[in-house]
Amino acid sequence: MSDTPTPTPNTNRAGLTRKDYGGHPSTLCSGCGHNSITNGIIAACYDLGLHPHQVVKLSGIGCSSKTPTYFMNRSHGFNTVHGRMPSIATGVELANHTLTNLGVSGDGDSASIGIGQFVHAIRRNTKLVYIIENNGTYGLTKGQFSATADHEALDHYKNVNKYQALDLCETAIICGASFVARSFSGDRKQMGELIKAAIAHGGCAIIDIISPCVTFNDHPESTKSYAYMKEHDFPLQELGFVPSFEEIQVDYNPGEARNVKLHDGSHLILKKLKEDYDPTSRLNALKTIDAAKQENHVLTGLVYYNQDIPSHAKLLSLPDKPLKDFTEKELRPTKEEFEAILKDLK
Amino acid sequence: MVETHKIINNFSVKIATANGTGSQSANNIFFKTLVRMGIPTSAKNLFPSNIQGLPTWFIVRASSKGYQTMRRESEILVLVNRGSLVQDLKEIKKGTVVLYDQGLLQVPEDVEGAIYYGIPFSKLARENYDKPRLRTILTNVTYVGALAAIFNLDKQTLTDVIKDTFSKKPKVVDANLKAIDLGYDFVKENLDKKDVYHYEHDTQTKDHVILEGNQATALGAIMGGCTVAAWYPITPASSMSETIEKYASRIRVDDKTGKRKLAIVQAEDEISAIGMAIGAGWAGARAMTGTSGPGISLMGEFIGLAYYTEIPVVIVNVQRVGPSTGLPTRTQQADIQLCAFASHGDTRHICLYPGTIEEAYELTAKSFDIAERFQTPVFVLTDLELGMNLWTSKPLKYIDTPFDRGKVLTAKDLDQMKDWGRYADKDGDGICYRTLPGTPHPLAAYFTRGTGHDEKANYTENNEDYRRILMRVKKKIDLSPSYLPKPIIEDEKGAKIGFISVGTTHYAVVEARDELKEKHNIKTKYLRVLSYPFHEESIRSFIESCDKVYVVEQNRDAQLAGMLKLDFEALALRLKTCAYSDGLPMRPGIIIDRVLGKPWEIN
Repeated sequence: MSDTPTPTPNTNRAGLTRKDYGGHPSTLCSGCGHNSITNGIIAACYDLGLHPHQVVKLSGIGCSSKTPTYFMNRSHGFNTVHGRMPSIATGVELANHTLTNLGVSGDGDSASIGIGQFVHAIRRNTKLVYIIENNGTYGLTKGQFSATADHEALDHYKNVNKYQALDLCETAIICGASFVARSFSGDRKQMGELIKAAIAHGGCAIIDIISPCVTFNDHPESTKSYAYMKEHDFPLQELGFVPSFEEIQVDYNPGEARNVKLHDGSHLILKKLKEDYDPTSRLNALKTIDAAKQENHVLTGLVYYNQDIPSHAKLLSLPDKPLKDFTEKELRPTKEEFEAILKDLK
Repeated sequence: MVETHKIINNFSVKIATANGTGSQSANNIFFKTLVRMGIPTSAKNLFPSNIQGLPTWFIVRASSKGYQTMRRESEILVLVNRGSLVQDLKEIKKGTVVLYDQGLLQVPEDVEGAIYYGIPFSKLARENYDKPRLRTILTNVTYVGALAAIFNLDKQTLTDVIKDTFSKKPKVVDANLKAIDLGYDFVKENLDKKDVYHYEHDTQTKDHVILEGNQATALGAIMGGCTVAAWYPITPASSMSETIEKYASRIRVDDKTGKRKLAIVQAEDEISAIGMAIGAGWAGARAMTGTSGPGISLMGEFIGLAYYTEIPVVIVNVQRVGPSTGLPTRTQQADIQLCAFASHGDTRHICLYPGTIEEAYELTAKSFDIAERFQTPVFVLTDLELGMNLWTSKPLKYIDTPFDRGKVLTAKDLDQMKDWGRYADKDGDGICYRTLPGTPHPLAAYFTRGTGHDEKANYTENNEDYRRILMRVKKKIDLSPSYLPKPIIEDEKGAKIGFISVGTTHYAVVEARDELKEKHNIKTKYLRVLSYPFHEESIRSFIESCDKVYVVEQNRDAQLAGMLKLDFEALALRLKTCAYSDGLPMRPGIIIDRVLGKPWEIN
């Protein structure tokens, strides 16, 4: 399946139609932001011409974690336990680092019970497109606050959030992330480009996507609602993803855009909006997010990028051939080597 | 020299030192010398959960019959630790031989019939080495020299062991040999032998290897084809994962490219460690994690996921004393039920129970076949006693049997099929077919979930679907024993009393059976389980052939006996518990008293 068929108007470079990337019908609430993200994932994988069998869909527990059944039925999927998707992703990577790990999590799944695994997957730079569908609430258990709910935000029942909000992008940057982005499920273009860039990245790519919960957290006082996001979304850049198999068409003036070269040879063009933003500085990223918060702005776009952090597979010196494929002969010592080991035990 | 009779190769030496002083190296040299002299010897390291300064005891037992149990009383005491002196002095009684660090320790030579050898170990080291650290370390080697002089260790063998131990550091060899001579010469020049204990050459362990159980398990994992190992540091399991890494560096690295055919990751906790192993098992690698009781508690939820979604994974539990943090550096078998039924809901897991070095090696290697054959977690339960003590063993055998990778469908297989179901019992043995992520075929993919699922791996909350799948998983596990190692049975003609034991409890049973026969004329037969679920037929007929069967194990609540009573309900009244644990290895005396009807639990 590795040979590239000629694309027709209805097929991509893998010779597949958009339908080939589809999943079961969503059982989430109508209007749920997560459904838009599902569509964004399907579009991104189709556009990139990924072979579905080379993609693995992983999730934890919660509304967000149900979504991998709603896309790419032709990919293996694993709905794991609450907050532990990153460790499963790491295991998959160790067994077969040639696959693309597409992880979908939520703010409950990642910012609370799973914060430890979130942090350590980032530290290791595990090969994982790590999407957090962030709605500030525990939807599946009917509307409790999550750790990303803003301080003093109101919930569905008018309770006030006593605790400080955890910002997953800031956390990721502090933990040594190589790719950190934020988006909004209502911004299909930006989200799509970021997902594609995350797939091309090859390391741990964090995308925190604000994804309103229409049932429990879309009320007028919510800071994770469609209305709030439409008003407070401040994109850092206009994004243009150029896949490795296409040439860059230069249509911007120097000084107006930054060109981020991704691991697989693709590019993400960051076109300047109001101000120039340097996504390669950790301190600048943290400062900019913090300053935006003072203005009640939600910054979106590519927040931070570091291409120098080696992949986990490289850190472990894994062979090109997936570990799962090695045979007895390749894995066992020879009789002579074995005897030498025994000799050392005498 | 005053000698009435000689006791040869049948006595124990207990060495009291402080941890972090290098005593372990000296003690190992002593132990290895005895093994190379061919004398069946066991070594038990009683160490604290601490890095420096707390009391440590090392008990070296020579036994011409090959008994391996840790004896609680030793004929010979070597005292070099001020910190444990009060406690150590209490062990001296008539006949005890005491070597002590004269000048460092105030030992009142006041126990009648005890034999005292005061030797200025610290002073000898102080006078001969200038560096403080060297003095501390070599003080310990001087007592090995003294032991050699008093009890007749073969000096040449001792020299060879030191040369081999520090083969890459000639200066260290010289320093150690000098320390040996300091102790040796002092004894020869200043002391008369007043005791009856002697070491003499034997042939029984001449070809033996010496290793810790954790090393044997690690080597088993390498031979079993483990390619992914994730772990979190915990005593007494850490050295197993560290040894896997060490062996991998030796034999799994491509000389030219430096690429490694083993991924080993120290995770952030045990939950992540088992998650990685399960993820890797799901994606087709032979994956494992190694831990101890507290780690198993943390892994609970994930173990249930792997059971219900049917993912192969190997979990090694080097058991230590619980509950809670318990005694982290003492031994116990109190995770038998925890592992057999780990996780919430109805679960039952395949468990292997090695009791010897060879079994730790072979069963660990085999565990990967079992996990992939049955697509389920497999526990290998060792304990601190086996895992962290040095043992002598016949040389391990090279394993060249092919891997059993279980029922995995390839793209080629799928070409021949119209459809398939991940959880469909096509062969009627409860084991279904799986595909691995990355299989290039449009039919290959399926969705794995810990929620209710049907034969096609689709989500379901339907009561019939749920029950059908869970009963099929049960059938799969129920049918597993034919593939698992059989119990080891030692029959004895005419015996009506039986023992069932598990793991390292074995050594106390062996000794108890001999003593019951020789001293009390009670014949016994013996079955040691190597796996769970039990081999129904062989255990049933064993119990049926006895009037009484004592189930001997190292825990408080008779966990193995409980599981046997559950499975052999009709024979339950014949099963008598003999469960005892105080953190030290099982004593034969407990078992003997139990059989003789004496008070046994209070001992």
